[in-house]
Amino acid sequence: MKLRFDRAARRIWKDRAMSTAALACVVVALVPLGSILFTAASQGIQSLNPGFFTSAVPPPCGSASTETCTPGGVGNAIEGTLVLVGLASLVAMPVGVLAGIYLSEYGNNRLGRGVRFFVDVMLQIPSIVVGIFAYTLIFELGRAGWTDPRSVFSTLTGVLALATIMVPIIARTSEEALKLVPNATREAALALGLPKHRVITGVVLGSARSGLVTGALLGVARVSGETAPLIMTAFGSPYFFQGLNQPIAAMPLVIYTFGLSPYPNWQHLAWGAAFVLVLMMLGISVVSRLALRGRFSLAEVAR
Amino acid sequence: MNVKMQTQHLSAWYGSKKAIEDVTMDIEEHAVTAIIGPSGCGKSTLIRCLDRMHEILPKTRVEGKVLLDGEDIYEQPAVAVRRKVGMVFQKPNPFPTMTIYDNVAAGLKLGGIRDPDELDGRVIRSLKQAVLWDEVQDGTGKSGMSLSGGQQQRLCIARALAVEPEVLLMDEPCSALDPIATAKIEDLIFDLKKDYTVVIVTHNMQQAARVADWTAFMYLGKLIEFGRTRELFEHPREELTEKYITGRFG
Repeated sequence: MKLRFDRAARRIWKDRAMSTAALACVVVALVPLGSILFTAASQGIQSLNPGFFTSAVPPPCGSASTETCTPGGVGNAIEGTLVLVGLASLVAMPVGVLAGIYLSEYGNNRLGRGVRFFVDVMLQIPSIVVGIFAYTLIFELGRAGWTDPRSVFSTLTGVLALATIMVPIIARTSEEALKLVPNATREAALALGLPKHRVITGVVLGSARSGLVTGALLGVARVSGETAPLIMTAFGSPYFFQGLNQPIAAMPLVIYTFGLSPYPNWQHLAWGAAFVLVLMMLGISVVSRLALRGRFSLAEVAR
Repeated sequence: MNVKMQTQHLSAWYGSKKAIEDVTMDIEEHAVTAIIGPSGCGKSTLIRCLDRMHEILPKTRVEGKVLLDGEDIYEQPAVAVRRKVGMVFQKPNPFPTMTIYDNVAAGLKLGGIRDPDELDGRVIRSLKQAVLWDEVQDGTGKSGMSLSGGQQQRLCIARALAVEPEVLLMDEPCSALDPIATAKIEDLIFDLKKDYTVVIVTHNMQQAARVADWTAFMYLGKLIEFGRTRELFEHPREELTEKYITGRFG
């Protein structure tokens, strides 16, 4: 009897120790996140004012005490990021989702396995290399006379780079989302006498929609913060959107350039931009979660 | 006997494994035909050959003929065959993200019927035929997954009936249900044979005895005996059949 009691006590003790350890790990994992949010908010919130969102970036100022500073903001960078990410999504989402459909519904063969392998390789390519790829592609096209050689640093090149990063992410997440749809669902639809493409568009995609949206969001979130591939493509610009063949500003570029600059007014803007970029990501995520709560939110929660 | 479907020397494989061998049997129109036998005897495979669902699995093969109204279904497009021969599965499988209404209307909508009045009419009629209408008429906008297991299975029957098949195949439709839900489905099967030809796979011999006009007994992929349900249960011709129905193996 005594032995039993000891065992039980030991198990309870072990259980408590493991639970505490797990909780401690969660705290450790959350510390950087909290720190980032807190620092970005406390440093960035001071720069926020209406002009911050509406004005273009100002000239550098504040290193000499005699200067008067022109106020400015990062409105053009916010617009630039929205344009770049929006256009990149427009290109990458259909391509990525269609690739995911192929991999999940038709890819159970040698070609499918090959495609899956190369998509996985693409996922691992450093984003700066993708930037060089987009740069080189547009540059070579320009040399061949297909495009204007001056448009190497342009919105279009930036979109090409970001879309190239997004496609494999969306393709793989879409594939996984579609594979989670039970085969029973496909069989039920096939047994109704529906051709395979109607089964996919009418039933399978609908069943996987929350996974598909999550995948697309992962793609958006990933490229919204990308800096490296934009340095040699979108290039950055002190102006609002000038055209698809012109350089364009972007939030990460502003944070990168202004944060490293010696000018206090630029540094403040970089903090503000960092805070707003975090908020934008949070906003995208929350809005799409809300949009997903369709008619069956309760039923889905219950499952 | 008015023959609706007929298999002729039908064999089916999964890869190199032969699941059914040389099955020849008739299926009577407006009657219920039950297929019984121990697990793994090929009864599900046989029923899946009747609407060409066997071939959607990889590395499967079918030999022999399956006639529907005298014509070989393997010479026709699979999609057209499945419109005429509907199927209900072992586990209730409503489309998870669709409402009750959309579940029933799915085959029609995705098949190109847009007219809302026609859709309403056929959805309501199918739900009534599946004896589900009284329970769901106030909430056809709810998710199909919000129903109980037995209701979900009747929803799946309504969904299969909505596309107006001539034959309804049921692959152990009650094995995931409790006795009350099972009784409802059995009553329903009895009513359905007025309008449809029904083939039901079951591992439950009492169920076959209760609902079926004809019964086929399968063992190790072969059709051992086929006949009127009453005769097969009371005076089996084969020793194997007698052993199985008296519970001496299986």
